[in-house]
Amino acid sequence: MNRITRRFEDLRSAGRKALIPYITAGDPRPELTVPMLHTLVKAGADLIELGVPFSDPMADGPVIQKACERALRHGMSLHGVLELVREFRQTDSETPLVLMGYLNPIESFGYEAFVAGAREVGVDGVLTVDLPPEEAAELAELLIAAGIDPIFLLAPTSSAERIGQTAPLARGYLYYVSLKGVTGSAVINVAEVANKLVQIRALTHLPLGVGFGIKDPSTAAAIAQVADAVVVGSALVSKMAEWVDAPEQMRQEVGAMIAAMRLAMDTKS
Amino acid sequence: MAKAMRNPVDFSRFPDERGHFGRYGGRFVAETLMEALHELDEAWKTCRSDPEFLAELDLDLARYVGRPSPLYHAERWSRKLGGAQIYLKREDLNHTGAHKINNTVGQALLAKRMGKTRLIAETGAGQHGVASATVAARLGMECVVYMGAEDIQRQALNVYRMRLLGATVQPVTSGSRTLKDALNEALRDWVANVDNTFYMIGTVAGPHPYPLMVREFQAVIGREAREQMLSDYGHLPDALVACVGGGSNAIGLFHPFLNDAGVAIYGVEAAGLGIETGHHAATLCAGRPGVLHGNRTYLLNDANGQITETHSVSAGLDYPGVGPEHAWLKDIGRAHYVAVTDEQAIQGFHDLTLTEGIIPALESSHALAYATQLAPTLRRDQSIIVNLSGRGDKDIYTVATLEGIQL
Repeated sequence: MNRITRRFEDLRSAGRKALIPYITAGDPRPELTVPMLHTLVKAGADLIELGVPFSDPMADGPVIQKACERALRHGMSLHGVLELVREFRQTDSETPLVLMGYLNPIESFGYEAFVAGAREVGVDGVLTVDLPPEEAAELAELLIAAGIDPIFLLAPTSSAERIGQTAPLARGYLYYVSLKGVTGSAVINVAEVANKLVQIRALTHLPLGVGFGIKDPSTAAAIAQVADAVVVGSALVSKMAEWVDAPEQMRQEVGAMIAAMRLAMDTKS
Repeated sequence: MAKAMRNPVDFSRFPDERGHFGRYGGRFVAETLMEALHELDEAWKTCRSDPEFLAELDLDLARYVGRPSPLYHAERWSRKLGGAQIYLKREDLNHTGAHKINNTVGQALLAKRMGKTRLIAETGAGQHGVASATVAARLGMECVVYMGAEDIQRQALNVYRMRLLGATVQPVTSGSRTLKDALNEALRDWVANVDNTFYMIGTVAGPHPYPLMVREFQAVIGREAREQMLSDYGHLPDALVACVGGGSNAIGLFHPFLNDAGVAIYGVEAAGLGIETGHHAATLCAGRPGVLHGNRTYLLNDANGQITETHSVSAGLDYPGVGPEHAWLKDIGRAHYVAVTDEQAIQGFHDLTLTEGIIPALESSHALAYATQLAPTLRRDQSIIVNLSGRGDKDIYTVATLEGIQL
């Protein structure tokens, strides 16, 4: 059993829901990423999605795109991300880490070399945004063989047929994109999300995470009522962007933000 | 040249059901777009075999676009080059001045069938943007064109044309602020507005079914050229030459000839300041396979898989990817891909203008420049069709500026 599955089982027996913050590796500067990961864990993160920056993040909104640009300006790469994970693992062997990004850097790295590298440094899951199940067989098989979970997205527009195709390939958890749009868009409709999750649960036993549009503690708490995990990305990354020149302040602000979400989720559930 | 190539495949059978040309193509997009692509694919499959749809399309192509476009024997230029006879497929004579309208007329008809009320498009040089704004005006649909902030500066004339046609030109300031970023932005718009919006991609790239659909709309170029060559001159050409950015005019000309094994096929990319300088857009000549904008194809990217910026004097060729069918045709050897520099293209621009009285687009001038190299290697009784994909009026300022002339 890998870290992701174990974490969800522990949470389930404790009657809690997972809080999953997302940050882009290398944003705003590579040396700030590992300290930020530790900050997130201390503030209450159960699992972390670490973004692999890409020049053309077409499913992301302006907040994540700018984070990618900041990271790339400082030379961040997929190799660099794996090194950051290695560094994080020196002092945290418990918190599951999921790499989230686009396919081309992985293609460029080579599937087998990437999977071997990811396993070696302690990556637990890989979410490739532009790799739908139809095209994913090769990479997913390699990941699963290495004990790494391929994480897949589901959307409001995903039909029952597509959910049925996706679920058997997925491991770890399924990431439900809560609205039609890119990351950081508009506001989430909790009732709509709840209805869709019922449909998805009928087709899979995997834990369900919900992301896109969760900006504050009350939304996080409301989503935690219906989902197994709450993903916070753009709201967190834009908080970081306010403090790019004051790393200490940045860690405090982000820590406070995650702690507030944690508290709201635990209070209501 | 005349050496017959044995065809290993029946080209009409590609792509497969899921949009693959060998290892290329496919559908590499986020889950949020899959249902929209599925809906588009279903609508397209219904329409492409619906006689009523096809009749309406033919009528639009004849009466609105002005098809068929002539196949013109450039006798004086051919004589001057002293080799093969050159025939120009005159896509520059289409309404709006380029081949782009073949595709937008088709996609607009499809959008109407699907009940969509809003058209979005990306554009680099502005030709596809103008062609999109044109059909939107004709159908009374809202039209938003995403265009890189850099390109807006470089192509003021086309920006104004789009606005005259009632379109909103949305500047894109992310990334390198050029065509690839405009495509990202249009995809983001589509994800968010998929219920009422139709995304008109301007080239044979993007997720399936776009490379297939755009090819089918552009293949009218090659179908006409093949018929015209056979009926007017009694034989097939020995070679085809077309410029390749994303590759829509090229695939449009090439596709109906792919099963004609004796016809050599050349796609001409933009070598910019020279491939060795790194300032170019020669994706097939100098790139390697990867995944961008929904398909697997050749890309210009760095060692870490980040997409790199491109350069060409011709904004329409300034793109770091290329249609997946071209990637496949390159790998299996059915088509050859070469590159000519900005300087050679400008020379081709002047040559045709002075010899035949036709001012070509800078994109098409790349094909012309390669034809000037190819023709002398062939006999006088052999023939080349060059796709004159667009007219050069839009490029007059660029050429004048390069030559230090202020208009």
